[in-house]
Amino acid sequence: MDPQQPEPVSYLCGDCGAENTLKPGDVIQCRECGYRILYKKRTRRIVQYEAR
Amino acid sequence: MPKKGTKSKKEKVDDVPNEQENKLPDYLELQRTRVVCNADAPIHTQGFQYSGAFAAMGIDNSVSVDKFCKNFKIEINRLTEDYMEFDMIGIDASIANAFRRILISEVPTMAIEKVFMADNNSVIADEVLSHRLGLIPLDADPRLFEYISENDVPNERNTIVYKLHVSCPKNSQRITVKSSELEWLPEGSQLSMSAPAQSGDKQKTFTSFSQSQKEILEKPLGVKYKDITIARLGPGQAIELEAHAVKGTGNVHAKWSPVATAWYRMLPEVVILKEVEGPQAEELVNKCRVNVFDIEDLANGGKRAVVARPRACTLCRECVMGPNEKQVELRRVRDHFIFTIESTGSMPPEVLFTEAVKILEEKCARVISELS
Repeated sequence: MDPQQPEPVSYLCGDCGAENTLKPGDVIQCRECGYRILYKKRTRRIVQYEAR
Repeated sequence: MPKKGTKSKKEKVDDVPNEQENKLPDYLELQRTRVVCNADAPIHTQGFQYSGAFAAMGIDNSVSVDKFCKNFKIEINRLTEDYMEFDMIGIDASIANAFRRILISEVPTMAIEKVFMADNNSVIADEVLSHRLGLIPLDADPRLFEYISENDVPNERNTIVYKLHVSCPKNSQRITVKSSELEWLPEGSQLSMSAPAQSGDKQKTFTSFSQSQKEILEKPLGVKYKDITIARLGPGQAIELEAHAVKGTGNVHAKWSPVATAWYRMLPEVVILKEVEGPQAEELVNKCRVNVFDIEDLANGGKRAVVARPRACTLCRECVMGPNEKQVELRRVRDHFIFTIESTGSMPPEVLFTEAVKILEEKCARVISELS
């Protein structure tokens, strides 16, 4: 990955659930509701569990 | 042979000459065929196991197939789609118990065993969600499938694939994910094992079905109950997963047990030894929570307690405690079992029982071949 152009990462708002795309240096705040807790998205990679 | 378990009065106690007609004296017959439940503890719980126990009286106490065939009886009392109650008469407790144990832990069913989670941002943890999925009763006949062993490739003969794709839209109410949203995938897994190497390549999935399960099975597979809550989703949350069900038995994990439970109880026998009359009769009737006793009006205007519904007896022993102790006797018939099976839905209860019998038969055959 190019260090000059960091990829924007999307986060989910902890309050309204809206998707937020942030770059380094951005204010950590939801654009929809202003809530300041954002969660990283879960990996799309398949995780296997035993149903026990 | 005298018919086992007959309650008729035995008049000819000392009748010796004809061996076939020999009967045990009343008190021994009682010990042999009944467990007497006294207020403090049951007595005669052991019974007579030894074949020559009554040899001196010319009575054969041995176990034989002929005797069993003559005395064994099954009477079905209640049979619904998922519940059965029947009387199994003329069988040893050890065999009745064997059927119970086999039903619980050795009759196979299908249950979700592997969960491939692509997405789950709901509040319920992946492991807990997987566990819940495992416990869902599936409407799949296990006799149509094979066991899968560790190194086997999942195919259409040993694996059922279900998909669960649910999401709750933003700005909406919370939704409840029910078991009805599990979707059967007769063509096998849709998830690819690795990132696509070349577009157009046939993706390698988690199963390798050579044909659709629709072609092998007569009816579509699903879940037995459509209203089981799996999870609840808040706005913006989603679950995306694939669940693979395999064949297994209850001794590995209870999710494979085909019965909610299977149990039996010995037939209760309530005997009034000495007439209970007048206010005492009222007292006795009121004592019993399950209304085993009824009042019978006598011709002279008096009242007498009679045993009306002995099967309802729960053996609380209220009636044998206190002043009535010597008037009422609680017994259980040693070889009469009231057997109840509650199916979880993969097979009807009567089929489950025949499957259990087959399993015991197989086990016996194995023992015989080991010994010979």
